[in-house]
Amino acid sequence: MAEGMFYNVSNGYVEGIVRGYRNALLTSQNYGNLTQCETIDDVKLQLGPAYGDFLAALPPNPSTSSLADKTLDKMVAEFRYIQANATGSLAKFMDYLTYAYMIDNVALLITGTLHERDTRELLERCHPLGWFETMPVLCVATNIEELYNSVLIETPLAPYFKGSLSHQDLDEMNIEIIRNTLYKNYLEDFHRFVNEEPGIKGTPTQQVMTEALEFEADRRSINITLNSFGTELTKQDRKKLYPNFGRLHPEGTLMLSRAEDPEGVRIAVDGVSDYREMMDQTGMGGGGGGIGNQSGGVGGDEGKSLEDLFYEKEMMLSKLAFTFQFTHAIVYAWVKLREQEVRNITWISECIAQNQKDRIGNYISVF
Amino acid sequence: MSGANDREAVFPTRQSLGAMKSKLKGAQIGHDLLKRKSEALTKRFREITRRIDEAKRKMGRVMQIAAFSLAEVTYAVGNSSISYQITESVKQAKFRVRTRQENVSGVFLPQFESVQRDDVGSDFQMTGLGKGGQQVQKCRETYTRAVETLVELASLQTAFVILDEVIKVVNRRVNAIEHVIIPRTENTIKYINSELDELDREEFFRLKKVKGVKERAQAEQEAERNKTAQNDSDKENQQKRSNAEDAPTTNVLGDEGDEDVIF
Repeated sequence: MAEGMFYNVSNGYVEGIVRGYRNALLTSQNYGNLTQCETIDDVKLQLGPAYGDFLAALPPNPSTSSLADKTLDKMVAEFRYIQANATGSLAKFMDYLTYAYMIDNVALLITGTLHERDTRELLERCHPLGWFETMPVLCVATNIEELYNSVLIETPLAPYFKGSLSHQDLDEMNIEIIRNTLYKNYLEDFHRFVNEEPGIKGTPTQQVMTEALEFEADRRSINITLNSFGTELTKQDRKKLYPNFGRLHPEGTLMLSRAEDPEGVRIAVDGVSDYREMMDQTGMGGGGGGIGNQSGGVGGDEGKSLEDLFYEKEMMLSKLAFTFQFTHAIVYAWVKLREQEVRNITWISECIAQNQKDRIGNYISVF
Repeated sequence: MSGANDREAVFPTRQSLGAMKSKLKGAQIGHDLLKRKSEALTKRFREITRRIDEAKRKMGRVMQIAAFSLAEVTYAVGNSSISYQITESVKQAKFRVRTRQENVSGVFLPQFESVQRDDVGSDFQMTGLGKGGQQVQKCRETYTRAVETLVELASLQTAFVILDEVIKVVNRRVNAIEHVIIPRTENTIKYINSELDELDREEFFRLKKVKGVKERAQAEQEAERNKTAQNDSDKENQQKRSNAEDAPTTNVLGDEGDEDVIF
């Protein structure tokens, strides 16, 4: 319990705040109320207590995307507040959290530069959590070589580019491969960080975060495999995108890299009971029902999709993270929970806006 | 308009009568043909209207599903920049529209066909590789279906507009022939006929007159001849009696008794 003795000295305040934020998350009762709404205005009203000021600026009957933007704004504001108060290893930890969003943003900007768009317009589209100080500088670059040599090197993501991507790659490779390579490097780095950082090693943070990251790594591996069927992504290239850790690593990932159909994926994940159950639930192993996504044409709710189940699992892990004390992992968990909440709200309001009430129950309520 | 006086400005001759008669015949045939064309077009028009109705309902459903699948993508991917990434990664259109023409009773209707180019790969098949890729693909499929419906609807709508126009023109022609050209031609024929009859009667009367005049002249001549013949015989007598009697005798002939003399 050595970690507990001094944790509060530097991080106790932040932990308290995050736990407070966690209590402010929407409960299943709130969601129940939301699903009863008839219009977006009703949704807005129901969200009033939780989001208050942030929704006040919205015009009557806002679009779902602007509603989502505002809910995201609140999350970002809270995140920034915590980040401002974080010190030491927690600050570093939170930086790591933002890197995931930075990868998305950088990928977006690379796409823009490749197509010679005005990258300034793209800045508005970037995820606010993935904002870094030198990001506007990215817009200075007009060609990809310049971007690589003088700009990307200055970003926090530089280590992820280094060694695995050259500037020729940026030009030629599919942006999705670049993004996933970066993400893989990022996950590995994050994994190394939580296992080796002196302030984190041996604390519950290491325990919880390792589990969460391993899950994230496995999820990506499985998703990439499933999504690559029928595309021009070769098996060798695919293998390079799998993070080198996780519960599936190394046998599972090796088998994933050889899988040719959902059945192959099922066999690959057979060793891990959690994933096997998920595959069984989606009916993927049985061969029936095809790749069970959450959608099923008009109204046909054909059970949960794999992606839904992954989200559920993620929420579960995040929820459990709060059972630990004196750990940074709750920040990670809170961000994930909050993201899910934003997605839930978007989903519910989208269902209401499009009058597709029969699918409205597809959100994931955690508490 | 089609009053009794409404006729074409022609000279009432037999030649123009013939021309008018053939014109009337032509107009009647044309009227029949146009009427048939208009009926064929109207039939087609009704069918298209029905299909437009169907296509519009279908479009409503398909677009709803498509919009919803986009919502699913946003849910699965979790950020809104996905649409930008997709639009940026597309280099070539896979879905193309081809036109061809269809001939409906002489009216060319453009028809749009949607074609999926096989040689163009789906450029964004890797989008959402790590997250939500399947939703993206599914969304692509639903939107492809939606666009197919739109293309079908566009083709129908264009046909609708064009047919509407053509039917109006044809009907106008049918009505013009029926209510203007045919009565007018008939009037003209009637006029020419009446004029010709009139001319006939005049001619007959004239002939009669001429005949009368001629007969009179003939009778006169006859009388003259008789007279001279008589005179000759009288002369022979009278010359014997007296030559002074000559003048009164001629006077008698000139003054009186044509009738007496002839019959």
